[in-house]
Amino acid sequence: MYVAVKGGETAIANAHRLLAARRRGDADVPGLTLEQIAGQLSLAVDRVMGEGSLYDPELAALAIKQARGDLIEAVFLLRAYRTTLPRFGHSEPMDTGEMLVERRISAIYKDLPGGQLLGPTFDYTHRLLDPVLAGDAPVDAPETGQDSNERVIRVSDILGDEGLIEDDPVTDASLPVADITRTPTEYPMGRDARLQTLARGDEGFLLALAYSTQRGYARTHPFVGEIRIGDVDVEVMIPELGFTVVIGRVKLTECQMVNQFQGSAKVPPQFTRGYGLVFGQAERKAMAMSLCDRALRASELGEDIVAPAQDEEFVLSHCDNVQATGFVEHLKLPHYVDFQAELDLVRRMRAEHFANAARADGETSATDDTKEAAE
Amino acid sequence: MALSGNGLDETPGEDSGMGFAQRQRLLSVLAKAPGKDLLSCWKQTGLDPSVELLRGPESGLVALQGRAGGTGQPFHVGEVSATRVTVRIGSGQVGHAMISGRDARKAQLVAVIDALAQDPGHAELVEREIVAPLEQLVGAGDARARRETAATRVNFFTMVRGED
Repeated sequence: MYVAVKGGETAIANAHRLLAARRRGDADVPGLTLEQIAGQLSLAVDRVMGEGSLYDPELAALAIKQARGDLIEAVFLLRAYRTTLPRFGHSEPMDTGEMLVERRISAIYKDLPGGQLLGPTFDYTHRLLDPVLAGDAPVDAPETGQDSNERVIRVSDILGDEGLIEDDPVTDASLPVADITRTPTEYPMGRDARLQTLARGDEGFLLALAYSTQRGYARTHPFVGEIRIGDVDVEVMIPELGFTVVIGRVKLTECQMVNQFQGSAKVPPQFTRGYGLVFGQAERKAMAMSLCDRALRASELGEDIVAPAQDEEFVLSHCDNVQATGFVEHLKLPHYVDFQAELDLVRRMRAEHFANAARADGETSATDDTKEAAE
Repeated sequence: MALSGNGLDETPGEDSGMGFAQRQRLLSVLAKAPGKDLLSCWKQTGLDPSVELLRGPESGLVALQGRAGGTGQPFHVGEVSATRVTVRIGSGQVGHAMISGRDARKAQLVAVIDALAQDPGHAELVEREIVAPLEQLVGAGDARARRETAATRVNFFTMVRGED
């Protein structure tokens, strides 16, 4: 039952005014600029762009500032913003093979064309807090090395050449590409819709599921075939011109997970694959995505579905943190009337309970009396 | 054709000797160049054509596609913000631009430069003063990034254990 209630306007207006002041914090401390957020909290910006599903560092920085650093709130703001814009079209499929690579590692080949390029990584840091960073001491310029001009070949292509890994071919170029922002979800989902869902999924949720597969809930025996991070050109077909042009570049993280064998009477045993592709520098998310992608291929690969990470509907309908937060947080909204009904019900049930107890009590004491009298 | 029937139609390079590969390169170089560098190159040329806005500047989204496994079936990774604009300059040439991001001023400048490049009288100046220097600038930035990454390349060596 819905009952209109008035009277909160002033409280709400004042709450928002208080929020604005709390967001700003101590007025004697300079306010954050968007350049500072985008430049110095860039991985937070990357996460908001990825889960907000909109690549725009400046807007993501603004969202983080407005959300007081609450990244899920920032993702929500970005998602809301994107609904106000028209869509011009889609890009040509981006070619991660042509990436301007900033980091590239493989856990399965030590020496490989293009080399192991560590790039700007937290790996091998000691995870000790650095008190120097409390100040603003100048940092050394990056060391430079000789660019080998070697092509950074995808590891999957190296394995693919020997036929040791399953191919990931273009099965049908004319097939329309699924878009979960335009079409309601249906299960079973195609891999295109699944990858789109995972790409914008919550990092924490996907990380936990990926971890569960490692702990035995749908074991897939994964190896990091390759992780690469860097800038990729975005090419768009311009109808007025009749050809594609590059409209800019985006930073992407790609993870190729190589998993244990699959084979059949027709196909010899070969490694299987899980794929992760995420906006910005987001290695953990890309790895989690590729592990979940592989686990969700269970039915396609004829594996038994025994664990949550393999349950398509469970994973894909709960990985979106904007949806999740909407439903969880709606519990804060007034439920006065619902609750009145519940109160009424519980009071009646209690009255019945006590009445029954009293009656049972009366009957026992009555029997006792008779007993006594008989004695 | 999205704009057919309103006079904006043109076949690639129709009104100039500019080949489509050349125009594609110009638009790509300008889109990738930082807005402030584009503006300073533009100011150096001293060009100031009269500009009529035929469409936009308009901001919107472009859906970004990747490929499953890097080479397989396309899927949507997300969207990128974009701005597009179409202009006609005083000498009659039409220029188009679409750039990622929301910098309407940069988008309009790219469209004006695209239009000027269709004008045989200005094509050479545009190439020399704007496109070539910006291409070099972006290339130099990429080369620097590659050298910084190259310094983080692991050079394995094998420890000899035991004695032979």
